[in-house]
Amino acid sequence: MSAESERPRIGVLAIQGDYAAHADALAQSGATPVEVRKPEELEDLDALIIPGGESTTMLKFLERGKLFDELRSFCQSHPVFGTCAGAILLAREVRNPPQASLGVLDAVIERNAYGRQIDSSILFSDTRLPGGKLEMVFIRAPRIIETGPEVEVLAHRDGRPTLIRQGKVMAATFHPELTPDDRRVHQAFVDLVKSTPSITRKVS
Amino acid sequence: MPQENENKSVSGTGLRLKVGLAEMLKGGVIMDVMNVEQARIAEEAGAVSVMALERVPAMIRAEGGVARMAKPSLIKQIIQAVSIPVMAKARIGHFAEAQILQAIGVDFIDESEVLTPADETHHIDKHAFTTPFVCGARNLGEALRRIAEGAAMIRTKGEAGTGDVVHAVQHMRQIVKEMKALTVLSEQELYAAAKEHQAPYELIRMVARTGKLPVPNFSAGGIATPADAALMMQLGAEAIFVGSGIFMKERATPLDVENDPAEREEAVSRAKAIVIATTHYNDPKILAEVSEQVTGTMKGLAAAAIEESQLLQTRGW
Repeated sequence: MSAESERPRIGVLAIQGDYAAHADALAQSGATPVEVRKPEELEDLDALIIPGGESTTMLKFLERGKLFDELRSFCQSHPVFGTCAGAILLAREVRNPPQASLGVLDAVIERNAYGRQIDSSILFSDTRLPGGKLEMVFIRAPRIIETGPEVEVLAHRDGRPTLIRQGKVMAATFHPELTPDDRRVHQAFVDLVKSTPSITRKVS
Repeated sequence: MPQENENKSVSGTGLRLKVGLAEMLKGGVIMDVMNVEQARIAEEAGAVSVMALERVPAMIRAEGGVARMAKPSLIKQIIQAVSIPVMAKARIGHFAEAQILQAIGVDFIDESEVLTPADETHHIDKHAFTTPFVCGARNLGEALRRIAEGAAMIRTKGEAGTGDVVHAVQHMRQIVKEMKALTVLSEQELYAAAKEHQAPYELIRMVARTGKLPVPNFSAGGIATPADAALMMQLGAEAIFVGSGIFMKERATPLDVENDPAEREEAVSRAKAIVIATTHYNDPKILAEVSEQVTGTMKGLAAAAIEESQLLQTRGW
Protein backbone atom coordinates (compact mmCIF):
# COMPACT_ATOMS: atom_id res chain seq x y z
CA MET A 1 0.00 0.00 0.00
CA SER A 2 1.50 3.36 -0.98
CA ALA A 3 1.65 6.24 1.48
CA GLU A 4 -0.92 8.13 -0.61
CA SER A 5 -3.52 5.38 -0.39
CA GLU A 6 -3.20 5.39 3.40
CA ARG A 7 -4.31 9.01 3.52
CA PRO A 8 -8.04 8.95 4.26
CA ARG A 9 -10.23 11.13 2.02
CA ILE A 10 -12.15 13.40 4.37
CA GLY A 11 -14.92 15.65 3.10
CA VAL A 12 -15.38 19.20 4.41
CA LEU A 13 -18.91 20.57 4.06
CA ALA A 14 -18.34 23.73 1.99
CA ILE A 15 -21.74 25.45 2.00
CA GLN A 16 -20.07 28.37 3.78
CA GLY A 17 -17.84 28.99 6.82
CA ASP A 18 -14.18 28.32 7.52
CA TYR A 19 -14.00 25.15 5.43
CA ALA A 20 -10.66 26.21 3.90
CA ALA A 21 -9.07 26.35 7.38
CA HIS A 22 -10.30 22.78 8.04
CA ALA A 23 -8.94 21.61 4.70
CA ASP A 24 -5.50 23.02 5.63
CA ALA A 25 -5.66 21.33 9.05
CA LEU A 26 -6.57 17.97 7.47
CA ALA A 27 -3.81 18.20 4.88
CA GLN A 28 -1.34 18.81 7.73
CA SER A 29 -2.73 15.85 9.71
CA GLY A 30 -2.22 13.11 7.12
CA ALA A 31 -5.58 13.27 5.30
CA THR A 32 -6.77 14.42 1.88
CA PRO A 33 -9.52 17.07 2.17
CA VAL A 34 -12.41 17.15 -0.34
CA GLU A 35 -14.93 20.03 -0.52
CA VAL A 36 -18.56 18.87 -0.38
CA ARG A 37 -21.44 21.02 -1.68
CA LYS A 38 -23.69 18.41 -3.32
CA PRO A 39 -24.99 14.96 -2.21
CA GLU A 40 -23.05 13.09 -4.90
CA GLU A 41 -19.80 14.56 -3.54
CA LEU A 42 -20.20 12.39 -0.40
CA GLU A 43 -19.48 9.27 -2.44
CA ASP A 44 -16.18 7.54 -1.78
CA LEU A 45 -15.39 9.65 1.28
CA ASP A 46 -14.06 8.04 4.47
CA ALA A 47 -15.35 10.74 6.82
CA LEU A 48 -16.71 14.29 6.99
CA ILE A 49 -16.06 17.56 8.83
CA ILE A 50 -18.83 20.11 9.30
CA PRO A 51 -16.99 23.43 9.79
CA GLY A 52 -17.66 26.58 11.76
CA GLY A 53 -19.91 29.19 10.18
CA GLU A 54 -23.56 30.08 10.60
CA SER A 55 -25.62 27.01 11.51
CA THR A 56 -28.88 28.60 10.26
CA THR A 57 -27.34 29.25 6.82
CA MET A 58 -26.08 25.67 6.59
CA LEU A 59 -29.40 24.27 7.80
CA LYS A 60 -31.44 26.26 5.24
CA PHE A 61 -29.19 24.88 2.55
CA LEU A 62 -29.49 21.29 3.73
CA GLU A 63 -33.26 21.53 4.00
CA ARG A 64 -33.65 22.96 0.50
CA GLY A 65 -32.10 20.09 -1.43
CA LYS A 66 -31.78 16.37 -0.73
CA LEU A 67 -28.59 17.06 1.21
CA PHE A 68 -30.16 16.84 4.71
CA ASP A 69 -31.19 13.17 4.41
CA GLU A 70 -28.06 12.17 2.51
CA LEU A 71 -25.87 13.89 5.07
CA ARG A 72 -27.69 12.29 8.00
CA SER A 73 -27.30 8.80 6.62
CA PHE A 74 -23.62 9.51 5.89
CA CYS A 75 -23.11 10.75 9.46
CA GLN A 76 -24.84 7.65 10.87
CA SER A 77 -22.42 5.34 9.08
CA HIS A 78 -19.12 7.28 8.90
CA PRO A 79 -16.80 9.17 11.26
CA VAL A 80 -17.83 12.82 11.47
CA PHE A 81 -16.46 15.89 13.27
CA GLY A 82 -18.31 19.19 13.76
CA THR A 83 -16.88 22.45 15.10
CA CYS A 84 -19.11 25.22 16.47
CA ALA A 85 -21.91 25.46 13.85
CA GLY A 86 -20.97 21.89 12.86
CA ALA A 87 -21.39 20.69 16.45
CA ILE A 88 -24.82 22.37 16.53
CA LEU A 89 -25.87 20.50 13.37
CA LEU A 90 -24.74 17.13 14.81
CA ALA A 91 -26.52 17.47 18.18
CA ARG A 92 -29.66 15.62 19.26
CA GLU A 93 -31.32 18.87 20.38
CA VAL A 94 -30.62 22.58 19.74
CA ARG A 95 -31.81 25.49 21.92
CA ASN A 96 -31.74 29.32 21.67
CA PRO A 97 -33.60 29.16 19.35
CA PRO A 98 -34.68 25.53 18.80
CA GLN A 99 -33.82 24.34 15.28
CA ALA A 100 -33.59 21.09 13.33
CA SER A 101 -30.38 19.05 13.47
CA LEU A 102 -28.93 15.79 12.19
CA GLY A 103 -29.24 14.16 15.63
CA VAL A 104 -26.23 11.85 15.45
CA LEU A 105 -24.62 13.07 18.69
CA ASP A 106 -26.28 12.44 22.06
CA ALA A 107 -25.98 16.03 23.31
CA VAL A 108 -28.11 19.12 23.87
CA ILE A 109 -26.46 22.32 22.67
CA GLU A 110 -27.34 25.99 23.21
CA ARG A 111 -26.47 28.50 20.46
CA ASN A 112 -24.65 31.81 21.12
CA ALA A 113 -24.47 30.76 24.77
CA TYR A 114 -21.69 33.10 25.89
CA GLY A 115 -23.06 36.25 24.23
CA ARG A 116 -22.19 38.19 21.09
CA GLN A 117 -18.88 38.77 19.26
CA ILE A 118 -17.52 41.08 22.01
CA ASP A 119 -17.76 38.06 24.34
CA SER A 120 -15.70 35.80 22.04
CA SER A 121 -12.48 34.58 23.69
CA ILE A 122 -9.37 32.42 23.49
CA LEU A 123 -8.98 30.11 26.52
CA PHE A 124 -6.92 27.07 27.51
CA SER A 125 -8.16 23.75 28.88
CA ASP A 126 -6.74 20.57 30.33
CA THR A 127 -7.35 17.87 27.80
CA ARG A 128 -7.35 14.10 27.56
CA LEU A 129 -5.41 14.47 24.31
CA PRO A 130 -1.67 13.99 24.83
CA GLY A 131 0.60 17.06 24.92
CA GLY A 132 -0.59 19.44 27.64
CA LYS A 133 -3.09 22.28 27.64
CA LEU A 134 -5.22 22.90 24.58
CA GLU A 135 -5.92 26.34 23.10
CA MET A 136 -9.62 26.92 22.41
CA VAL A 137 -10.77 29.75 20.10
CA PHE A 138 -14.42 30.55 20.90
CA ILE A 139 -16.32 32.73 18.37
CA ARG A 140 -19.97 33.46 19.28
CA ALA A 141 -19.74 29.97 20.69
CA PRO A 142 -22.44 27.47 21.60
CA ARG A 143 -22.44 25.50 24.89
CA ILE A 144 -23.03 21.78 25.39
CA ILE A 145 -25.55 21.64 28.22
CA GLU A 146 -26.35 17.91 28.33
CA THR A 147 -24.58 14.78 27.16
CA GLY A 148 -25.64 11.14 27.01
CA PRO A 149 -23.86 8.28 28.87
CA GLU A 150 -21.72 7.24 25.88
CA VAL A 151 -20.20 10.70 25.43
CA GLU A 152 -16.54 11.09 26.43
CA VAL A 153 -15.37 14.60 27.42
CA LEU A 154 -11.92 15.55 26.05
CA ALA A 155 -11.79 19.26 27.06
CA HIS A 156 -13.97 21.69 28.97
CA ARG A 157 -14.76 25.30 29.90
CA ASP A 158 -16.18 26.20 33.33
CA GLY A 159 -17.08 22.56 33.92
CA ARG A 160 -19.01 22.21 30.64
CA PRO A 161 -17.69 20.00 27.83
CA THR A 162 -16.12 21.78 24.83
CA LEU A 163 -14.62 18.80 23.00
CA ILE A 164 -16.48 15.50 23.03
CA ARG A 165 -16.42 12.10 21.37
CA GLN A 166 -19.15 9.50 21.06
CA GLY A 167 -18.05 6.46 19.08
CA LYS A 168 -17.03 7.80 15.67
CA VAL A 169 -18.59 11.24 16.18
CA MET A 170 -16.51 14.17 17.48
CA ALA A 171 -17.66 17.71 18.24
CA ALA A 172 -16.01 20.93 19.47
CA THR A 173 -17.73 24.15 20.51
CA PHE A 174 -14.48 25.99 19.71
CA HIS A 175 -12.38 26.22 16.51
CA PRO A 176 -9.29 23.94 16.54
CA GLU A 177 -8.90 24.79 12.83
CA LEU A 178 -8.00 28.37 13.87
CA THR A 179 -4.98 27.22 15.94
CA PRO A 180 -2.55 26.52 13.08
CA ASP A 181 0.42 25.58 15.28
CA ASP A 182 -1.43 22.80 17.17
CA ARG A 183 -3.10 20.09 15.08
CA ARG A 184 -3.79 17.61 17.92
CA VAL A 185 -7.58 17.74 17.54
CA HIS A 186 -7.54 17.13 13.78
CA GLN A 187 -4.90 14.46 14.30
CA ALA A 188 -7.18 12.73 16.82
CA PHE A 189 -9.98 12.77 14.26
CA VAL A 190 -7.78 11.47 11.45
CA ASP A 191 -6.58 8.68 13.79
CA LEU A 192 -10.22 7.89 14.59
CA VAL A 193 -10.97 7.69 10.86
CA LYS A 194 -7.99 5.41 10.25
CA SER A 195 -9.03 3.07 13.09
CA THR A 196 -12.67 2.87 11.90
CA PRO A 197 -13.46 -0.15 9.71
CA SER A 198 -14.10 1.43 6.35
CA ILE A 199 -17.34 1.21 4.45
CA THR A 200 -16.16 2.95 1.33
CA ARG A 201 -12.38 2.83 1.51
CA LYS A 202 -10.92 0.66 -1.18
CA VAL A 203 -8.38 -1.82 0.16
CA SER A 204 -5.62 -2.11 -2.36
CA MET B 1 1.15 47.70 28.32
CA PRO B 2 1.24 44.05 27.23
CA GLN B 3 -2.52 44.07 26.59
CA GLU B 4 -2.18 46.86 24.06
CA ASN B 5 0.79 45.24 22.31
CA GLU B 6 -1.13 42.02 22.05
CA ASN B 7 -4.14 43.73 20.49
CA LYS B 8 -2.04 45.59 17.94
CA SER B 9 0.01 42.71 16.58
CA VAL B 10 -1.36 40.88 13.55
CA SER B 11 -1.27 37.58 15.47
CA GLY B 12 -2.53 39.00 18.79
CA THR B 13 -5.53 37.55 20.60
CA GLY B 14 -7.80 40.49 19.79
CA LEU B 15 -7.19 40.41 16.07
CA ARG B 16 -7.37 36.61 15.93
CA LEU B 17 -10.88 36.73 17.38
CA LYS B 18 -11.91 39.51 15.01
CA VAL B 19 -10.56 37.73 11.93
CA GLY B 20 -12.06 34.51 13.33
CA LEU B 21 -15.58 35.88 12.96
CA ALA B 22 -14.77 37.06 9.41
CA GLU B 23 -13.61 33.47 8.67
CA MET B 24 -17.01 32.15 9.78
CA LEU B 25 -18.78 34.42 7.28
CA LYS B 26 -16.78 33.19 4.27
CA GLY B 27 -18.79 31.77 1.39
CA GLY B 28 -21.88 33.57 2.65
CA VAL B 29 -24.02 36.63 1.89
CA ILE B 30 -24.35 39.66 4.17
CA MET B 31 -27.57 41.54 3.43
CA ASP B 32 -28.52 45.18 4.08
CA VAL B 33 -31.79 45.37 6.02
CA MET B 34 -33.85 48.36 7.12
CA ASN B 35 -36.39 46.71 9.44
CA VAL B 36 -37.17 43.55 11.41
CA GLU B 37 -39.20 41.96 8.61
CA GLN B 38 -36.34 42.32 6.12
CA ALA B 39 -33.92 40.89 8.69
CA ARG B 40 -36.18 37.85 9.15
CA ILE B 41 -36.41 37.36 5.38
CA ALA B 42 -32.61 37.55 5.13
CA GLU B 43 -32.10 34.97 7.89
CA GLU B 44 -34.77 32.69 6.44
CA ALA B 45 -33.10 32.91 3.02
CA GLY B 46 -29.77 31.82 4.53
CA ALA B 47 -27.83 35.10 4.95
CA VAL B 48 -24.77 34.67 7.20
CA SER B 49 -25.25 38.16 8.64
CA VAL B 50 -27.36 41.30 8.25
CA MET B 51 -26.26 44.93 8.04
CA ALA B 52 -28.75 47.08 9.96
CA LEU B 53 -29.31 50.53 8.46
CA GLU B 54 -32.04 53.13 8.09
CA ARG B 55 -31.68 53.68 4.36
CA VAL B 56 -29.95 51.38 1.86
CA PRO B 57 -27.35 53.08 -0.38
CA ALA B 58 -29.78 53.43 -3.34
CA MET B 59 -32.11 55.52 -1.14
CA ILE B 60 -29.26 57.57 0.33
CA ARG B 61 -28.16 58.35 -3.21
CA ALA B 62 -31.66 59.30 -4.33
CA GLU B 63 -32.72 61.26 -1.24
CA GLY B 64 -29.46 63.01 -0.36
CA GLY B 65 -28.94 64.62 3.06
CA VAL B 66 -26.45 63.55 5.71
CA ALA B 67 -26.30 59.77 6.09
CA ARG B 68 -25.45 58.75 9.68
CA MET B 69 -25.24 55.64 11.85
CA ALA B 70 -28.63 53.90 12.20
CA LYS B 71 -30.76 54.58 15.29
CA PRO B 72 -29.73 52.33 18.20
CA SER B 73 -33.37 51.34 18.75
CA LEU B 74 -33.61 49.97 15.19
CA ILE B 75 -30.33 48.07 15.53
CA LYS B 76 -31.46 46.58 18.86
CA GLN B 77 -34.77 45.42 17.36
CA ILE B 78 -32.88 43.66 14.58
CA ILE B 79 -30.44 42.08 17.05
CA GLN B 80 -33.47 40.74 18.96
CA ALA B 81 -35.14 39.43 15.81
CA VAL B 82 -32.36 37.22 14.38
CA SER B 83 -29.80 34.70 15.65
CA ILE B 84 -27.14 35.48 13.01
CA PRO B 85 -24.47 38.20 13.55
CA VAL B 86 -25.62 41.80 13.08
CA MET B 87 -23.43 44.47 11.49
CA ALA B 88 -23.96 48.24 11.38
CA LYS B 89 -22.25 51.16 9.68
CA ALA B 90 -20.36 54.06 11.25
CA ARG B 91 -19.25 57.15 9.31
CA ILE B 92 -15.59 57.26 8.22
CA GLY B 93 -13.59 58.65 11.16
CA HIS B 94 -16.62 58.80 13.49
CA PHE B 95 -15.21 56.83 16.40
CA ALA B 96 -18.01 57.96 18.73
CA GLU B 97 -20.61 56.29 16.48
CA ALA B 98 -18.39 53.20 16.55
CA GLN B 99 -18.24 53.33 20.37
CA ILE B 100 -22.04 53.42 20.46
CA LEU B 101 -22.30 50.47 18.04
CA GLN B 102 -19.88 48.46 20.19
CA ALA B 103 -21.86 49.31 23.34
CA ILE B 104 -25.09 48.08 21.68
CA GLY B 105 -23.43 44.71 20.97
CA VAL B 106 -23.14 44.93 17.18
CA ASP B 107 -20.95 42.01 15.97
CA PHE B 108 -19.12 43.84 13.14
CA ILE B 109 -18.78 47.58 12.40
CA ASP B 110 -18.54 48.78 8.79
CA GLU B 111 -16.60 52.05 8.62
CA SER B 112 -18.39 52.95 5.43
CA GLU B 113 -18.08 55.39 2.56
CA VAL B 114 -21.82 54.94 2.04
CA LEU B 115 -22.43 57.23 5.01
CA THR B 116 -21.33 60.87 4.97
CA PRO B 117 -17.69 61.00 6.14
CA ALA B 118 -17.10 62.62 9.56
CA ASP B 119 -13.34 63.15 9.23
CA GLU B 120 -11.50 64.11 6.05
CA THR B 121 -8.06 63.09 7.36
CA HIS B 122 -8.35 60.23 9.84
CA HIS B 123 -10.05 56.87 9.70
CA ILE B 124 -11.09 55.26 13.01
CA ASP B 125 -8.30 53.65 15.09
CA LYS B 126 -9.87 50.23 14.94
CA HIS B 127 -7.31 48.65 17.31
CA ALA B 128 -8.98 50.58 20.11
CA PHE B 129 -12.14 48.45 19.78
CA THR B 130 -13.07 44.89 20.80
CA THR B 131 -15.67 44.73 18.02
CA PRO B 132 -14.20 43.84 14.61
CA PHE B 133 -14.32 46.29 11.69
CA VAL B 134 -14.77 45.89 7.95
CA CYS B 135 -13.59 48.67 5.62
CA GLY B 136 -13.89 49.29 1.90
CA ALA B 137 -10.96 49.49 -0.51
CA ARG B 138 -10.40 50.18 -4.19
CA ASN B 139 -6.80 49.01 -4.37
CA LEU B 140 -4.17 47.13 -2.38
CA GLY B 141 -2.65 50.20 -0.73
CA GLU B 142 -6.02 51.32 0.60
CA ALA B 143 -6.77 47.79 1.86
CA LEU B 144 -3.44 47.58 3.70
CA ARG B 145 -3.83 51.06 5.24
CA ARG B 146 -7.17 49.94 6.68
CA ILE B 147 -5.64 46.67 7.94
CA ALA B 148 -2.83 48.68 9.57
CA GLU B 149 -5.54 50.66 11.40
CA GLY B 150 -7.02 47.37 12.65
CA ALA B 151 -9.63 46.29 10.08
CA ALA B 152 -10.37 42.55 10.36
CA MET B 153 -12.06 42.32 6.96
CA ILE B 154 -11.74 44.18 3.67
CA ARG B 155 -14.47 44.55 1.07
CA THR B 156 -14.27 46.08 -2.38
CA LYS B 157 -16.05 49.42 -2.40
CA GLY B 158 -17.62 49.05 -5.84
CA GLU B 159 -20.25 51.76 -6.29
CA ALA B 160 -22.92 51.24 -3.66
CA GLY B 161 -26.60 51.71 -4.42
CA THR B 162 -26.34 51.34 -8.18
CA GLY B 163 -26.99 47.65 -8.87
CA ASP B 164 -24.11 48.03 -11.36
CA VAL B 165 -21.32 45.55 -10.64
CA VAL B 166 -18.68 47.21 -12.86
CA HIS B 167 -16.74 48.97 -10.09
CA ALA B 168 -16.82 45.99 -7.74
CA VAL B 169 -15.18 44.04 -10.57
CA GLN B 170 -12.66 46.81 -11.21
CA HIS B 171 -11.65 47.02 -7.52
CA MET B 172 -11.38 43.26 -7.04
CA ARG B 173 -9.29 42.84 -10.19
CA GLN B 174 -7.07 45.74 -9.10
CA ILE B 175 -6.42 44.28 -5.62
CA VAL B 176 -5.78 40.77 -6.99
CA LYS B 177 -3.46 42.10 -9.73
CA GLU B 178 -1.45 44.17 -7.25
CA MET B 179 -1.12 41.23 -4.86
CA LYS B 180 0.11 38.95 -7.68
CA ALA B 181 2.64 41.58 -8.73
CA LEU B 182 4.13 41.69 -5.21
CA THR B 183 4.77 37.93 -5.14
CA VAL B 184 7.42 38.13 -7.86
CA LEU B 185 9.38 41.05 -6.34
CA SER B 186 12.72 40.55 -4.61
CA GLU B 187 13.17 41.46 -0.94
CA GLN B 188 14.98 44.65 -1.97
CA GLU B 189 12.14 45.76 -4.21
CA LEU B 190 9.53 45.45 -1.44
CA TYR B 191 10.68 48.69 0.25
CA ALA B 192 9.91 50.70 -2.88
CA ALA B 193 6.64 48.78 -3.30
CA ALA B 194 5.62 49.87 0.21
CA LYS B 195 6.30 53.46 -0.79
CA GLU B 196 4.32 53.13 -4.02
CA HIS B 197 1.32 51.57 -2.34
CA GLN B 198 1.60 53.99 0.61
CA ALA B 199 1.24 51.01 2.91
CA PRO B 200 3.31 49.64 5.84
CA TYR B 201 6.32 47.60 4.74
CA GLU B 202 5.47 44.69 7.10
CA LEU B 203 2.05 44.23 5.48
CA ILE B 204 3.48 44.54 1.95
CA ARG B 205 5.99 41.82 2.84
CA MET B 206 3.25 39.60 4.25
CA VAL B 207 1.22 39.90 1.03
CA ALA B 208 4.34 39.28 -1.09
CA ARG B 209 4.91 35.99 0.76
CA THR B 210 1.34 34.67 0.76
CA GLY B 211 -0.18 36.30 -2.34
CA LYS B 212 -3.26 37.24 -0.32
CA LEU B 213 -4.48 39.78 2.22
CA PRO B 214 -3.81 38.96 5.88
CA VAL B 215 -7.59 39.27 6.53
CA PRO B 216 -10.57 37.95 4.53
CA ASN B 217 -11.37 39.82 1.32
CA PHE B 218 -15.10 40.21 0.59
CA SER B 219 -16.93 42.03 -2.19
CA ALA B 220 -19.53 44.82 -2.09
CA GLY B 221 -20.90 47.70 -4.13
CA GLY B 222 -23.39 47.03 -6.93
CA ILE B 223 -23.98 43.27 -6.65
CA ALA B 224 -27.65 42.76 -7.60
CA THR B 225 -28.12 39.30 -9.16
CA PRO B 226 -27.05 35.68 -8.55
CA ALA B 227 -24.78 35.98 -11.59
CA ASP B 228 -23.13 39.11 -10.11
CA ALA B 229 -22.44 37.19 -6.87
CA ALA B 230 -20.94 34.24 -8.80
CA LEU B 231 -18.80 36.62 -10.88
CA MET B 232 -17.29 38.27 -7.79
CA MET B 233 -16.65 34.90 -6.11
CA GLN B 234 -14.90 33.61 -9.25
CA LEU B 235 -12.79 36.76 -9.31
CA GLY B 236 -11.53 35.98 -5.81
CA ALA B 237 -14.07 37.39 -3.33
CA GLU B 238 -14.46 35.23 -0.22
CA ALA B 239 -18.03 36.38 0.54
CA ILE B 240 -20.62 38.84 -0.77
CA PHE B 241 -22.34 41.94 0.58
CA VAL B 242 -25.67 42.76 -1.06
CA GLY B 243 -27.04 46.19 -0.31
CA SER B 244 -29.83 47.52 -2.44
CA GLY B 245 -30.13 44.43 -4.68
CA ILE B 246 -32.60 42.44 -2.59
CA PHE B 247 -35.15 44.79 -1.11
CA MET B 248 -35.33 47.50 -3.82
CA LYS B 249 -37.39 47.83 -6.99
CA GLU B 250 -36.95 50.42 -9.75
CA ARG B 251 -34.07 52.67 -8.76
CA ALA B 252 -34.64 53.54 -5.12
CA THR B 253 -38.06 52.29 -3.96
CA PRO B 254 -38.14 49.56 -1.32
CA LEU B 255 -40.29 46.49 -1.93
CA ASP B 256 -43.18 46.54 0.57
CA VAL B 257 -42.31 43.27 2.32
CA GLU B 258 -44.49 44.07 5.32
CA ASN B 259 -47.83 44.54 3.53
CA ASP B 260 -47.61 43.17 0.00
CA PRO B 261 -47.26 39.35 -0.19
CA ALA B 262 -46.18 39.43 -3.85
CA GLU B 263 -43.42 41.93 -3.14
CA ARG B 264 -42.34 39.92 -0.07
CA GLU B 265 -42.13 36.83 -2.27
CA GLU B 266 -40.00 38.74 -4.77
CA ALA B 267 -37.52 39.75 -2.05
CA VAL B 268 -37.40 36.17 -0.74
CA SER B 269 -36.73 34.79 -4.23
CA ARG B 270 -33.85 37.22 -4.80
CA ALA B 271 -32.32 36.63 -1.37
CA LYS B 272 -32.44 32.83 -1.66
CA ALA B 273 -31.05 32.85 -5.20
CA ILE B 274 -28.06 35.02 -4.27
CA VAL B 275 -27.28 32.81 -1.25
CA ILE B 276 -27.31 29.65 -3.39
CA ALA B 277 -25.29 31.31 -6.18
CA THR B 278 -22.60 32.36 -3.67
CA THR B 279 -22.09 28.76 -2.49
CA HIS B 280 -22.29 27.21 -5.97
CA TYR B 281 -20.43 30.06 -7.70
CA ASN B 282 -18.50 27.60 -9.85
CA ASP B 283 -21.47 25.53 -11.01
CA PRO B 284 -23.16 27.15 -14.06
CA LYS B 285 -26.00 24.59 -14.08
CA ILE B 286 -27.07 25.52 -10.55
CA LEU B 287 -26.53 29.23 -11.33
CA ALA B 288 -28.90 28.89 -14.29
CA GLU B 289 -31.54 27.19 -12.12
CA VAL B 290 -31.46 29.82 -9.38
CA SER B 291 -31.33 32.72 -11.83
CA GLU B 292 -34.54 31.40 -13.33
CA GLN B 293 -36.27 31.40 -9.94
CA VAL B 294 -35.69 35.12 -9.35
CA THR B 295 -38.72 37.33 -9.88
CA GLY B 296 -37.68 40.90 -10.69
CA THR B 297 -34.41 42.79 -10.23
CA MET B 298 -33.78 46.39 -9.22
CA LYS B 299 -33.55 48.59 -12.29
CA GLY B 300 -30.46 50.26 -10.91
CA LEU B 301 -28.34 53.10 -12.12
CA ALA B 302 -25.42 52.69 -14.55
CA ALA B 303 -22.28 53.69 -12.66
CA ALA B 304 -20.85 55.35 -15.79
CA ALA B 305 -23.76 57.82 -15.75
CA ILE B 306 -22.87 59.10 -12.27
CA GLU B 307 -20.95 62.36 -12.05
CA GLU B 308 -17.52 62.06 -10.47
CA SER B 309 -18.55 64.24 -7.50
CA GLN B 310 -21.50 61.95 -6.73
CA LEU B 311 -19.41 58.76 -6.45
CA LEU B 312 -19.36 57.19 -2.97
CA GLN B 313 -16.20 55.15 -3.59
CA THR B 314 -13.88 58.18 -3.59
CA ARG B 315 -14.69 58.83 0.08
CA GLY B 316 -11.83 57.60 2.27
CA TRP B 317 -8.29 57.15 0.99
